[in-house]
Amino acid sequence: MTLLTVENLRTFFHTRNGVVRAVDGVSFAVDTGETLGIVGESGSGKSVTCYSLLGLIPSPPGRIESGAALFEGVDLLRCTEAALRSIRGKRISMIFQDPMTALNPYMTVGQQVMEPAMVHERCTSEDARARAVDVLSSAGIQDAAVRLNDYPHQFSGGMRQRVMIAMALITRPALLIADEPTTALDVTVQSQILDLIRSVQQEMRMAMILVTHNLGVIARTCDRVLVMYAGRILESASVRDLFYETRHPYTRALMSAMPSVHAKGETLYAIPGMPPDLSREIVGCPFAARCAHAVERCRREEVSLQEVSPGHATACLRVQAGEL
Amino acid sequence: MSDPILDIIDLSVHFSVSKGLILARRMGAVKAVDGVRLQVQRGEVLGLVGESGCGKTTLARAVMQLVAPTEGRILFEGVDLGTLSMTALRRIRPRLQMIFQDPYASLNPRMTVLDCIAEPLRVHGFASRTNAAERVTALMEQVGLAPRFVRKYPHEFSGGQRQRIAIARALALGPRLIVADEPVSALDVSVQAQILNLLGGLCKDRALTMILVSHDLAVVRHLSHRIAVMYLGKIVEIGDAESVFNNPLHPYTQALLSAIPWPDPDHERARARTLLHDDPPSPLNPPSGCPFHPRCPIAGPECSRTIPPWVERGPHKAACLKVKRLR
Repeated sequence: MTLLTVENLRTFFHTRNGVVRAVDGVSFAVDTGETLGIVGESGSGKSVTCYSLLGLIPSPPGRIESGAALFEGVDLLRCTEAALRSIRGKRISMIFQDPMTALNPYMTVGQQVMEPAMVHERCTSEDARARAVDVLSSAGIQDAAVRLNDYPHQFSGGMRQRVMIAMALITRPALLIADEPTTALDVTVQSQILDLIRSVQQEMRMAMILVTHNLGVIARTCDRVLVMYAGRILESASVRDLFYETRHPYTRALMSAMPSVHAKGETLYAIPGMPPDLSREIVGCPFAARCAHAVERCRREEVSLQEVSPGHATACLRVQAGEL
Repeated sequence: MSDPILDIIDLSVHFSVSKGLILARRMGAVKAVDGVRLQVQRGEVLGLVGESGCGKTTLARAVMQLVAPTEGRILFEGVDLGTLSMTALRRIRPRLQMIFQDPYASLNPRMTVLDCIAEPLRVHGFASRTNAAERVTALMEQVGLAPRFVRKYPHEFSGGQRQRIAIARALALGPRLIVADEPVSALDVSVQAQILNLLGGLCKDRALTMILVSHDLAVVRHLSHRIAVMYLGKIVEIGDAESVFNNPLHPYTQALLSAIPWPDPDHERARARTLLHDDPPSPLNPPSGCPFHPRCPIAGPECSRTIPPWVERGPHKAACLKVKRLR
């Protein structure tokens, strides 16, 4: 069952140096209980996509130019602030990248974890406290009843991220948006947090959008994947298709640029050049300038995301024409 | 044949921690580096890996004489760096250079690329004001930067290009040893590959010795001949890179390797993991015996009492009491 449908989302930033097209025509859907990964390099628009859904884009300079995001019958991009507030933190929760800046240093961890339950469900503070202890313990915090009274600085980075997860889950949301949830953590802690997210997600049958730049994290946790570049989706596929039947030249280039998959010392494939300047209009495929397979028409013709095999879509003219 | 360019003998770096402002009381010491013994051979790339707080950066900074060791000696080409006067140390510095992690913070925003790269040349008298430009142009070409950018400022460059400037600056004086502290961790995958290729090529072409500090084992494996794994200020496993990677002896190395997510969904979901619980203990109050024993899945009672000796196994060795029994 489809939980969230995003149609043609465009978010631009109107700056003194021109209009930056951070997200330019993104469409996707998330089903109940599934994990959708969004992967891309910095500046590809993956975080802005998520922030747009929750009305977290600072405006000005940001503006949502077009699009619709239907979630349980409500268009998140057009509903009133009050309606959005009743969804945000209740039906859709978010985990941010840096658990140090996302927690309020002046509030105890308990107050912060209890807050969504008290605001959205008007729990009494005793109820909220009991639920906070529950959810913190299931997020792997030992002695949760005591640690409720501690402040964020008394927790390590991994523990803070567990607090963030508890805070996001206390209202049992239908959709969790996790923006680089493990990027600031060490690998052994990352491994614990990914396992934790996966197990609570399965237990609560919750859908998740996981934003990351790490293809390994995608391989480990996601069901379906979107590859973003220059504010657009270049490839959309199931996780197995993305890794074993890679179609788009950008996705292939990303995979062969990763050191782990190579025999030692071999020269890595380095994508030449840099991502395009999003404040200029891009004609044709945004990756054409760096693509090893680009031909004349890639730089001229508009390209859209088209299905090339069941459930597998790519925005490459040459793949769509069967040439690659 | 052993020809060490760098010999670190029982090095410890402790930072004392005090509480209170006026009547400060000494609370103890953070043992950032604790009794490290390490030799780096001429021409090799040594990877130094570990999680945050394990002391890898402090060790790198101690080698560069940026922090003073509490105990131990560092011999560079046979000279004990700790005994040198400031002037004598300065004469050695051209042979010993560092590349820092964050190319956004390590370049002076008010200096052009020309000034940035020429500064070490001028300070050490390798070039005069007039012929510096020529040398800088040559260096920029070597690191893949177009010489026409020579008058630009750091903010006009992307992260990858800035790291190239930092590399050119480190190469300017013709160093024998380069210490690279997380040189690619601030960069995106596609740019990271460019910089790794550049570093790999430079080491090969110039027979450079490099200490590569990173938390990313894949990056380290890609470039290094040998790998040293650090945990709580101590080296717990060291040896031939492929051997450490394919056949890790120490349970910490095994856990670290199994925690890295590989870009292969079937393998990723099928494989068994050595999961670690909790976070690393505080280096203010490290555990007795083996520093890893509170988190170790195979620790026995003896591990909390005895400091583990080195156990050699083929081309690498580990400091673990249980290694023998793993056979």
